[in-house]
Amino acid sequence: MTELDFDYLRAYLKQRSGLALTAEKRYLVESRLTPVCRRFGQASLRDLVGALKISRDTAMERAVVEAMTTNETFFFRDRLPFDLFRDVLLPQAMAQAAGRRRLRIWCAASSTGQEPYSLAILLQEAAAKLAGWHVEIVATDLSTEVIEKARLGLYSQFEVQRGLPVQWLLKYFTQIGEQWQIGASLRSMVDYRQINLLNGFEALGTFDVIYCRNVLIYFDAPTKADILNRLAASLAPDGALLLGAAETVIGLTDRLSPHPIHRGLYGHPVAAGRAAPPMTLPLRAVAAR
Amino acid sequence: MTLPTEKTCLVVDDSAVIRKVARRIIETLGFTVSEAEDGNEALKVCAAAMPEVILLDWTMPNMDGYAFLQALRQAPGGTAPKILFCTTENDVGAIARALRAGADEYIMKPFDRDILTAKLEQVGVVHADAA
Repeated sequence: MTELDFDYLRAYLKQRSGLALTAEKRYLVESRLTPVCRRFGQASLRDLVGALKISRDTAMERAVVEAMTTNETFFFRDRLPFDLFRDVLLPQAMAQAAGRRRLRIWCAASSTGQEPYSLAILLQEAAAKLAGWHVEIVATDLSTEVIEKARLGLYSQFEVQRGLPVQWLLKYFTQIGEQWQIGASLRSMVDYRQINLLNGFEALGTFDVIYCRNVLIYFDAPTKADILNRLAASLAPDGALLLGAAETVIGLTDRLSPHPIHRGLYGHPVAAGRAAPPMTLPLRAVAAR
Repeated sequence: MTLPTEKTCLVVDDSAVIRKVARRIIETLGFTVSEAEDGNEALKVCAAAMPEVILLDWTMPNMDGYAFLQALRQAPGGTAPKILFCTTENDVGAIARALRAGADEYIMKPFDRDILTAKLEQVGVVHADAA
């Protein structure tokens, strides 16, 4: 792939998905788009770029954008949502559900599994406190292909180094050649299912915590509003919804409201006469680790 | 102008290319970067002024990264720096050995900006917003 081809792809992806690739992401383009070349009968990335320039093949265009965007994820991505889980959401949910000792967590765009497995690691680290609890992680994605990869839990050396502390790499993964596989016990903690958020998901039931990060950005406002309203319906009364840093509920739905302190965290609006949820840990204490 | 609060990082690698690539990334994260091409030279730099972070190759002539780490951790003030191994050694045994000897994090080459930044965040010398 020449510099010009790479620049063309960067501009192409920026225009169609908002994805901003830095010059160092060349390896990512190569690793993600090589399978797309094969699928559409292009001998090289160079040929693929040539084909994109002249063709009106929308399936190929979509495949290029999907390959570069929908699966962009890493362990403990953005960190704060996971610090929040460990320090605020988990203790709070455990206090609220102390009677039933049952927690349900949903990763609504789980991609290749890094997000649900990050949560599984935090739950495993808190295993002593959670003895006797039934904790369920449901992870869904639109693409059956990425779900298969997630189930397998096999990651490249690049993938396991972005966000995952090396101590946890040694503790929870097994090295297989140049790759690393997450342990069977953590894999068994996550229940993967194929779900398109545009369709109904009521059948999944209600959840104490929902992670739906960096997926709404790809939809238009009415679709965002529709999904947010239905996520609100799937959220337990004291439940917490986490969105991506570039996402919000404001102006889209009044069935969810931002948490007064924690960025990226949303819940049911506090009803008149009902006490505010006890999510009052100062952000500073959460962020420092 | 160098601010008195500026963070310091020592890059130890026998490859000038790796040192240059690492320096470029680390400088954009607000560090003043110094370089050494083996463990002996790195010990001298540390004796003059202990850096906050050390990015450390394993295989080098004269004194390798592992021997340097052991020597540094015994030296006065040598427990303070955060040490990130950065090496092509990528098997579980090597990683475990490095951590036992007192390394704080471990980077398997090849690395990029994302990995280096993430690992510096991991050891608490860079905050997510800086990236």
